[in-house]
Amino acid sequence: MSPRLQAAVMPWLVVAGLFIAWEVLVLAARLPPFVLPAPSAVFASLAEFSGPIAHHALHTLATTLAGFALSVVGGVALGVAVGSSAVAYRALLPVLIGFNSVPKVAIVPVLIIWFGIGAVPAVLTAFLISFFPITVNVATGIATLEPELRDVLRSLGASRVEILRKVGLPRAAPYFFASLKVAITLAFVGSIISETVGSNEGVGYLMIQASSRFQIPLVFAALLVVAAMGIAMYSLFAILERRMTFWATRSVEAAYATGS
Amino acid sequence: MHGFPPVADAAARFVSLERVALRYGGAGGTLAVSGLDLAIRRGEFAAVVGPSGCGKSTLMKLVTGLAPASEGAVIVGGREVSGPLKIVGMAFQNPTLLPWRTTLENVLLPLEIVSPYKATFRRDRERHVARARALLATVGLAGFEDKYPWQLSGGMQQRASLCRALIHEPELLMLDEPFAALDAFTREELWAVLQDLWLERRFTCILVTHDLREAVYLADTVHVMSARPGRIIETRAVPLPRPRDLEASFTPAFVDIVHALRERIAAARTAT
Repeated sequence: MSPRLQAAVMPWLVVAGLFIAWEVLVLAARLPPFVLPAPSAVFASLAEFSGPIAHHALHTLATTLAGFALSVVGGVALGVAVGSSAVAYRALLPVLIGFNSVPKVAIVPVLIIWFGIGAVPAVLTAFLISFFPITVNVATGIATLEPELRDVLRSLGASRVEILRKVGLPRAAPYFFASLKVAITLAFVGSIISETVGSNEGVGYLMIQASSRFQIPLVFAALLVVAAMGIAMYSLFAILERRMTFWATRSVEAAYATGS
Repeated sequence: MHGFPPVADAAARFVSLERVALRYGGAGGTLAVSGLDLAIRRGEFAAVVGPSGCGKSTLMKLVTGLAPASEGAVIVGGREVSGPLKIVGMAFQNPTLLPWRTTLENVLLPLEIVSPYKATFRRDRERHVARARALLATVGLAGFEDKYPWQLSGGMQQRASLCRALIHEPELLMLDEPFAALDAFTREELWAVLQDLWLERRFTCILVTHDLREAVYLADTVHVMSARPGRIIETRAVPLPRPRDLEASFTPAFVDIVHALRERIAAARTAT
C-alpha cells in the first residue's frame, strides 16, 4: 500500500475496528440496550429516526456555525488587541483567562433567563466557549514578531497599523487557522450543552428527550451525528488551513527535506 | 581608490555620535555604551568591531533612532536623531524575510511602506518590479524571484535581505553581523557582492561585525569598541585599493591591519 493510500484508508479502518470491538463487547457482555446499545442498534435507530435527527442536527449545525462566526469576529478582534498592545495584554488577559475557566454549563441558565428558550442561548454559548483559543492564538502570532523585523519596518517609517497589516496579521494566519479547528469542535460542545439545558430544538434537545424515554440507541445515534459533523467541520478548516497558509507548513517540510 | 582618513572637520560628517551613553532599564539599569564618539563621512564604508557584548547592536539602534540616547547627541545628515530614521536600510544576521511572500515581493516590501514610494506604489508597480528584478540580478538571484524564502539557501536569503535593505535607495545602510550565520565560502562570496553594490551606489554604510577580515575587506575605516560599557577605543583607516578581492586579503598589508586590530581587541577584552 502506498503511503498516500494508507493515509486515506487508515482512519476508516480505525473507525470500523472501533465499531466491531464495541459490537463484540456488547454481545459478549450481554449488555442491555439501555446501558450500552450495540452499534447495529444505533445504526438501526439512525435509519428509523433519520428525519427528526436530520432536522435537529441541521438546527444544531446552524446555531453552532452562528456562534462560531461570532467567535471568529470577536476572537480575532480581541486577539489583535491583546497581541499588538502590551497594555491591552496586561489589562485583558487575566479577565479572559478567568472567564475561560468558568464552566459554560453554569452560564447557560443565566442566558436562558435573559434570552428565553431557543436558539439565542445556544448561539451565545457556542460563541463563549470557542472564542478563547482564537484570541490566544491570534495574539501569540502577532506578539511573537521578530524584534529585528520590527526594527526594519520601524526604520522604514511603518506605523503600528502598517506593521500589523503587512506582517502581524499574515504572521498570525497559521496560528489563526490552527485555532479554528479547535474552536469549531468547541462550538459544537457549547451549542449542545445549551440545547440540553433549555431548548425545543437541536441535537441536545433530541438527546434529552430520547434519554428520558430510555431510547438510548437514539441518544447514541444523535451522538454519532454530532461526531460526524465535528469531523466534517474540522476537515473543512484543515483544508482551508493548508490552502491559506501553505507557506507555514511547507517551510517545515522544506526544512526536513534539506535536513536543516 | 584609497580609504578615507579619519574625519577631522565637522562639515564632512554624515553620522556623528558625541559623548553618547545609553542605559537600558532606567537609572539602575545596564550601561550599554558610554562616552561613545564616532564620526562617519557621507559615502563612507565604516566597520565597527569589538568583543561580544560590547554594545555593537546598541550602536545600530542609536544611529537608526530606534533607541534614544540617554546622554549625548546622535546626529545623522545634519540633524539630531529623535525618532526612527527613514533614510535607513537594515539587514541582520537573521534574514527576517517574510515566508508568505516570494523573494520579489519581499524585496518590494519597503516600497509599500516608505514614502515617497508608498503613495504611488500601485501605479508604479511595474517600474518597481523591474528595479527589484535588476537588483536581485546584481546579487546573483536572477531566476529566483518567484521562489519563497524557505526555498532558498541561507546565503541566497541573505542576498535577498540585502536587496530588501537597498531597494528604496537609502542613504544609510546598517548591517548587524549580516554574514555571521553563513559558512566561510558563502560569507566571502557575499563580501564581494556587498562591495560591488557599495562601489556602484556609494551609500554610507555601517557594518557591525566580529569578523576582522570581513571588516578590513569591506571598510574604509574600522572602529574598535571596548568591552561594555562600549566606546570607540581605536579608529583605523584601511588604505587598501578597491575593488578588493580575496587575494588581497592574503597580502601583508591586509594581514598587518587584521593583526593590529586583533591585538587591540585582545587588549580590550583583558581590560575588563
